[in-house]
Amino acid sequence: MERTWCKSAPAAEVLIKGGRVVDPESGVDAVQDVLIAEGKIVDIGNGLKPGTNTTVVDAGGMLVLPGFVDLHAHLRAPGREDEEDIASGSAAAAAGGYVAVFGMANTDPVVDTATVLTGLAAMARAEAVIPVGFFAAVTRGLAGEQLTEMGELGAAGAVAFSDDGRPLASAALTRRALQYVKVSGRFIAIHAQDDSLFRGGQMHEGPVSARLGLSGIPSLCESLDVSRTLDIAEYEDAALHVCHVSTEASLIAIARAKAAGVKVTAEATPHHLMLNDEAIESLDPNLKMNPPLRAESDRKALVAALKSGLVDCVATDHAPHAPEEKDVPFEEAPFGTIGLETAFAVLFEGLVRSKALDLATLVTRMSAAPARLAGLQPPSIAKGALANVCIVDPKAPWTVSRETLRSRSSNSAWLGQRFETRVKFTIAAGRVAWEDLA
Amino acid sequence: MPKRDLISMEDLSRADVELLLDTAESFLPVLERDIKKVPTLRGRTVVNLFWEASTRTSSSFDLAAKRLSADTLALKAGGSAVEKGETLKDTAITLSAYSPDIIVMRHPSAGACQTLSANTGASVINAGDGNHQHPTQCLLDLFSLRQNLGRDLDGLKVFIIGDVLHSRVARSDIMGFKMLGMEVTLVGPPTMMPRGIEAMGVTVEYDLANLKDADVIYVLGIQKERAHSGADFLPSLREYSRLWGVSRARLRPGQRVMHPGPIDRGVEIAADVADDDENLIAHQVFSGLAVRMAILYRTIVGYSDGTASGEVV
Repeated sequence: MERTWCKSAPAAEVLIKGGRVVDPESGVDAVQDVLIAEGKIVDIGNGLKPGTNTTVVDAGGMLVLPGFVDLHAHLRAPGREDEEDIASGSAAAAAGGYVAVFGMANTDPVVDTATVLTGLAAMARAEAVIPVGFFAAVTRGLAGEQLTEMGELGAAGAVAFSDDGRPLASAALTRRALQYVKVSGRFIAIHAQDDSLFRGGQMHEGPVSARLGLSGIPSLCESLDVSRTLDIAEYEDAALHVCHVSTEASLIAIARAKAAGVKVTAEATPHHLMLNDEAIESLDPNLKMNPPLRAESDRKALVAALKSGLVDCVATDHAPHAPEEKDVPFEEAPFGTIGLETAFAVLFEGLVRSKALDLATLVTRMSAAPARLAGLQPPSIAKGALANVCIVDPKAPWTVSRETLRSRSSNSAWLGQRFETRVKFTIAAGRVAWEDLA
Repeated sequence: MPKRDLISMEDLSRADVELLLDTAESFLPVLERDIKKVPTLRGRTVVNLFWEASTRTSSSFDLAAKRLSADTLALKAGGSAVEKGETLKDTAITLSAYSPDIIVMRHPSAGACQTLSANTGASVINAGDGNHQHPTQCLLDLFSLRQNLGRDLDGLKVFIIGDVLHSRVARSDIMGFKMLGMEVTLVGPPTMMPRGIEAMGVTVEYDLANLKDADVIYVLGIQKERAHSGADFLPSLREYSRLWGVSRARLRPGQRVMHPGPIDRGVEIAADVADDDENLIAHQVFSGLAVRMAILYRTIVGYSDGTASGEVV
């Protein structure tokens, strides 16, 4: 089943020399050369020799990792190509070390028919520099009323189904969706939110919102919907994925459900893993996202859950917005931050360097785990595998800015921040997709 | 000298606050003269941008700038390019073409002052942004307290009563009162107490049982729409006024009542209290002028230039 598409490009002929290869899938963590020919990994070892047309990449001091997979991005096509499109979004993903990225369905028009999905697939075949796939909506027009034709959408290659951006409002609708999704063999991904508790919320409800006078989004707003949906998924024995988990209470509910054998998986974003609500003191609209940055206790619980595997994978929730939309007072700004190009740097520097998480676990959560959820072959640096590799220089300082971003939008929670870690080279599906070598 | 904004009470140190209050005091004699004007800010330009209705704040800022001989320009959302969809950023850029020294702004959204400040070379003074901050109200409240209860406010007990959740005045006042050593208790309906507000160093109570402990009673206005059907903060204004309305019967002699205005007699405050000469409500309005003169003056000349208060005028 084809679930991702990208434009054709010459197969990679690359020798990656002297990098530290870290591939939890094959159990490798050693300085090795990696030889790629005709887009496939043909040899791993020491002192490998390039062929006549082989590009040699000196990866001394760098990390050679299986490429990442993002199960949650907003690529804004069709409809808001001023913010992002398949070309710019996939280029941003490649620059972040991603070898596959999946777009959410809340576009204009919504991805709610096989026709729209087929059109997007054609667009990806024409523009995407890495394999790109798509979610389809759960309900037509994301209106929360009538289910989409999940059978046909699944057959057309929808990775899964989500009304992301909006919750499934009623228990009855959630139940029908979880029943009917079985015709596709895929799963429902929920944006958990009780709208009656959300009500014009601006940020996490707690001491910081009390102090700033911003309308609070209680953690209950998420965890209540997570708990309810888990109960329904258990009752229906249906596959459920919880998007962008942000609260400790949701994690407790997911842990209980997993222990009870419910088919549930979960993702967390780099911003929820690394930032908390205290950052909102600046009233910087780029820090306004939904779910909001939560309390430090939630953040710590999320990091622990990523480590244990309770949270299965990292997802960016890359949400580009036009400058005129974000260059407004905090209370008037839309929710969302971009994240594809900073995800690994943020988590490597924030979690791995601080010893909160080991590198192999981070790589698994960003690569093999989301790939499996998407139904893709997990990227692995193993002989015979299709080359899905990224090279990361941990000593390559850069500053997040309009000039350094490949995304068409700049609304990053880390805008202006300096990182030491930069993805220098990405080979996706056997083709060189990103190259930033001096 | 880099520009200095006043967006939140957190932008001020205790020394800054005391300097502002001293400066305001030094302006009082000016306001009693026949010719109530000094040349201090001659040639300076102060823009008043009020995107939300205001009587006290906009008129006192306008008059304060005029008393200091500054040129003033007033803009309101109605009748301006905002009605045609101009963004705050573009308004800021447009006004900045006139090189104003200070822009005073009231805006319905928290964060508006940051947006304005990022797009103008003028100093930004927050005259109220959403439910976030209203620092100049806090400063005039502190001024009234100092003028009436003595310079040392340390240890005074203040009860702030009402809809704290929707009150920018309460947030600025909590910060300012605490900064000067006062003990702050918040009282009001549980639905109108922001979760986590205790972290600001205040005590939260849901009834007026301990009201006798207060030296100062700060009454917040209650907006009628909070009790409308569809809103779920209050069952009725009648119950609000029975449980939290401040009336003479609830007060002991010597307690001073304050209110940022506009007052709603019979709801949060009884007529007998509103009309009582002992309350500081009229004095707060009076203080607004001198305090806003001091804020405009200090924003231009600086907070730590060593100017003795007597030299100001």
